[in-house]
Amino acid sequence: MTLHMTKTQKLLRIMGNNMVPILFLVICAFGIPLSGYSANFLASEIVIRISRNSFLIVSLLIPILAGMGLNFGMTLGAMAGQIGLILISDWGIVGIPGIILAMIISTPISVLLGWWCGKILNMARGREMVTSYIIGFFMNGIYQLVVLYGMGAVIPVRSNALLLPRGYGIRNTVNLIGIRRALDDLLLIRLFGIPIPLATLLVITVLCLFILWFKKTKLGQDMRAVGQDMEVARAAGIKVEHTRIISIVISTVFAGYGMILYLQNIGTLNTYNSHMQIGMFSVAALLVGGASVSKANIRNVFLGVILFHLMFIISPMAGKNLIGQAQLGEYFRVFVSYGVITISLVLYEVRKKRDQHYVGLQLAADQEALQ
Amino acid sequence: MTVVWADKSHNQVLKDIKEMHENEVPLLEMKHISKDFFGNKVLTDINFSLNKGEILGLVGENGAGKSTLMKILFGMDEIHQTGGYGGDIIINGEKVQFSSPIDALAKGIGMVHQEFSLLPDFTATENILLNREPLKYTVFSELFGERLNILDREKMDQIAERAIGRLKVPLDKDMMVSQMPVGHKQFTEIARELSKEATDVVEGIKLLVLDEPTAVLSEQEADSLLKAMRLLSESGISIIFISHRLQEIIDVCNTIMVMRDGQIIKTVPSQGVVIADIARWMVGRDVGSSKREARGFDYENTPVLLSLQNLWVDMPGEVVRDVSLDVHKGEILGIGGMAGQGKLGIPNGAMGLFPAGGKVIFEGKEIALNNPRHFLDAGMAFVSEDRRGVGLLLDESLEWNISFTAMQIQEKYLKRYLGGLLKWRDQAAIEEETESYVKQLEIRCTSTKQKAKELSGGNQQKVCLAKAFAVGPKLLFVSEPTRGIDIGAKSLVLKALRKYNEENGTTIVMISSELEELRAICDRVAIISDGKVFGILPATTDSAEFGLLMIGQKSQVLEGGSV
Repeated sequence: MTLHMTKTQKLLRIMGNNMVPILFLVICAFGIPLSGYSANFLASEIVIRISRNSFLIVSLLIPILAGMGLNFGMTLGAMAGQIGLILISDWGIVGIPGIILAMIISTPISVLLGWWCGKILNMARGREMVTSYIIGFFMNGIYQLVVLYGMGAVIPVRSNALLLPRGYGIRNTVNLIGIRRALDDLLLIRLFGIPIPLATLLVITVLCLFILWFKKTKLGQDMRAVGQDMEVARAAGIKVEHTRIISIVISTVFAGYGMILYLQNIGTLNTYNSHMQIGMFSVAALLVGGASVSKANIRNVFLGVILFHLMFIISPMAGKNLIGQAQLGEYFRVFVSYGVITISLVLYEVRKKRDQHYVGLQLAADQEALQ
Repeated sequence: MTVVWADKSHNQVLKDIKEMHENEVPLLEMKHISKDFFGNKVLTDINFSLNKGEILGLVGENGAGKSTLMKILFGMDEIHQTGGYGGDIIINGEKVQFSSPIDALAKGIGMVHQEFSLLPDFTATENILLNREPLKYTVFSELFGERLNILDREKMDQIAERAIGRLKVPLDKDMMVSQMPVGHKQFTEIARELSKEATDVVEGIKLLVLDEPTAVLSEQEADSLLKAMRLLSESGISIIFISHRLQEIIDVCNTIMVMRDGQIIKTVPSQGVVIADIARWMVGRDVGSSKREARGFDYENTPVLLSLQNLWVDMPGEVVRDVSLDVHKGEILGIGGMAGQGKLGIPNGAMGLFPAGGKVIFEGKEIALNNPRHFLDAGMAFVSEDRRGVGLLLDESLEWNISFTAMQIQEKYLKRYLGGLLKWRDQAAIEEETESYVKQLEIRCTSTKQKAKELSGGNQQKVCLAKAFAVGPKLLFVSEPTRGIDIGAKSLVLKALRKYNEENGTTIVMISSELEELRAICDRVAIISDGKVFGILPATTDSAEFGLLMIGQKSQVLEGGSV
C-alpha cells in the first residue's frame, strides 16, 4: 500500500525538490528582456562560461559520491594550479606545453594537500563541509607565505615581470600572456557566429566520460557504499578512511587542472585572490543546477553553469536599465552565491525531516489499510 | 501460527544427515566457554556441538547471554577489548581463535544480524556482493591498482541469482533496498551470506547464524524464511537460529538449546517439546520467590485517568502499531514485552518525541500528539530510558537538573518582582528541595552542586526520578528505570516509585524489560507484542503465564506445528 497523493501534491513535491533551479529560471526569464542583450551575445557568453568553469565544478562530484558533501577544500587544488602557472610563466614555457607542464607541477602538490585534507576530514566526520571550508582559509595563509616570501627568496624565480620590486615575492597580478587562450584557440570554430573552443570542450567531455566510467569501477562502487553508510561499508571490509581520502585527493587534483584551464581562458592571474572565491562560486553553481549535499551528477553541473552564469551576465545590464546602476551585478554575484548555498543547506535538512514525516504517514496509512 | 510442511521426507533427510555424520567430527564445538565483563560473569561453562546440516534453536530471555555467545564465536572487537573469553572453539576438529569477524567469515561462518546492514540506495545484487564484486580488467588497474577495474555486472547478476535461487524466495535482484518490504531485506542479508562461495582464500559458507530473523517479519514472510532455512539445511549448511517465537523454533530446529543467566539450562531434541516447557525453562526463576501481597486495586470504582486509543508511533526499532489502553487513577501499570516489540515506543510517542497518531485522552481531554509541551502542561511527566541523552543535563549541578523542568513548565522556584515582570530564581527553595530528594532517594553525591555526569548510573537514575517528582505530575511514565544499574540501586528505585505512588496517589506507568520487577511493584502488567497489546494480567499472575504472553502465545493451547 502506498500513500495516495493527488496530482497537485505530486507537482508541489517535484517543485519543492527543484526549488533552486526553478527560482533561477524565473530570475533569468525576467532578467533577459530587461538586459536587452541579443540571443547571440548571450549564447557566446554562455559557451565561454561553460568552457571556463565546468571542469572546476565537475571536480566537486567525487567527494559527494563518497558522502563527504561539498568539497570547499577544492581551493587547495586551485592554489596548486596557480603555483604551477607562476613557475611556467617564470620559465617562459608557452602554449600547450606550458599548460601541460603547469598541470604536471600542480599534481604532486594537489595530491599532498588532498591527502592531508582527507586525513583531517576523516577526523571531523559529519562536519566535512565546514571543516574543508576552514582548511581552505588556513592553507591560504601558507600559500601567501610561500608566494609572497618564499618565491624569489627560497624558490628560484627570476623574471622581473613576476617579482615585486623588492626582489622576492610575486606581484599582485601575473600576466599569463604565454598561455592565454592557448587551449581555447587550438580548435576554435564558429557556429552561427558563436565562437566555440572545441579543444577545451573536448577536454571537459573526456573528464565527464571519466566520471561516468569511474562510477562503474570498484573504487567508485566503494565510494557509493561509503557515502551511504560508513559502518555497513566497514563491516563489509571496505577501507572506509582510505576511500574517503582518495576521493578528496582526486577532487583536489581535478580542481588544480580546472583552475589552470580557468586561468588560461581569463589570461591574468590575480595571485592573492583568484583562488579564494572559486570554491564558493563552483559550489553555488552546482547547487543552482539542482544538486544537493548528498546527490549530484553531470547534468547538475551544466544546468548550474548555464543558469548561474546567465544571471551574472544579465544582471549588470538589467541593473543599469532598471535603476541606472551597473554595480548591482557585482552585488548580486556575491549575494546570490552565499544565498544559494545557505538555502540549499537549509532545504537539505528540511527535506530530510519531511521524508521522515512521510515515513510516519506511510505507517499510518498501512495501519488503516490493515483495520 | 500454523506452519505446514510437506514433510515426512524432510524429517527423513535430517535423520539421514544425522546418521551420516554420527561418526564424523561435528562442524562446530564450543567447550567450557566462559566470559566476564570486568568481574561480572555473563557466561559460565557453555558446552555444545553442532553437526553439519543441523539447525540449532537458541532461546532465552533478553540478557541471558545469547548475543555474547555469538559475539565470542565471531571474534568481535567488543570481546577482545573486554579481556577475551575462556574455553575453546573447535571447527571441524580444529581449534580456532578469531581475532575479527573477517576471520570468522573466512572460515565459512556467516551471520545475519537483527539490524540490517544493508545500503538503502543499492540494489539487492549490489548489497549481496558488497565488496566482493567480480571485476573486469581495465588498463588503468596496472597503474593505480585493482580498484580501478570495473564491476562485472553480468557475473554479479549471475551470482546473486544463484544465491537467491538457493532460498527459493521471490526476491527481485534489481530492486533497491529502500523500496523493499522488511522480509525481502532479510532475504537479501541471507543471500549475501550464501553467495560467499569457496575461493582459495575463503571457505564457502558452512554455518549461518540468524539472530531473530523473524522478529520483524509478517507471518507469510516468516513462513517462507523457515522454508528457506530447511532448504539450506538439506544442502548441508548448519544454522544457529535465535528467536523469541518458540513455535518457529519447535517447527524448524533439530535441537533446542535454552539459556538463562549465562548458562545452558537445557539442550533437547525438538521432537515432542511443547511451548510451555520452553517458556518455563526460559523464565525459570522460582515462581514463588518474588511473591508480594496484591494491593487489591479497585478498578470498578476508580476513574480512567489516561486512555490511549489506536496509538501508533514511528520509533525506529520500537514501532507501535495499534495500542489501546486505559490507565486508572492511582494505579501502577506495568508495560512489558521483548525488546523491539514496541513497548518503549508508547511513552515516547505519547509524549511526542517521535511521529505518532491515534488518540491520547487525559482526564477526558484529548492531548495533541507530537507536541511535548502539551503533554507536560496536561500534568504528565516522562522519565526517559535514555538517561544521558534526554533525561539529564550532564554538565549541570544536581540542583539544576532537579529543578529545571519544574521551573520551565510550572514556574516553580521563582520569585516575582514588579508584578511578575522580573522573575528571579529562588536559590534557597531549590537547595532545600534538592536536599530533601537527596535524602529521600539516597542519592550518593558530594553535594547538591555536584555535576550530574559525575554520578554513577544508579544515582543518575534517581536524579531523573527526582526531577520528575519535582514537577508533581498527575501521571508519570517511567521507562526502563533499572536498566544498567546495580541490584542495590534497583530495589531503591523501585521502592521509591512505589512509595511515591502510595503517598501522593500519583498514577505511574512503568515500562521495563524485566518481568520480575514489573510483577514486584505493579498492579497490572500489559504485555506488548508486535506493536500491539497482547494481554493485560494482574501482576500476581504466575510468571510462566507472562512468559507465554511475551513470546506471543495466548494460552497453553497450541496450534499447528508438526515436527
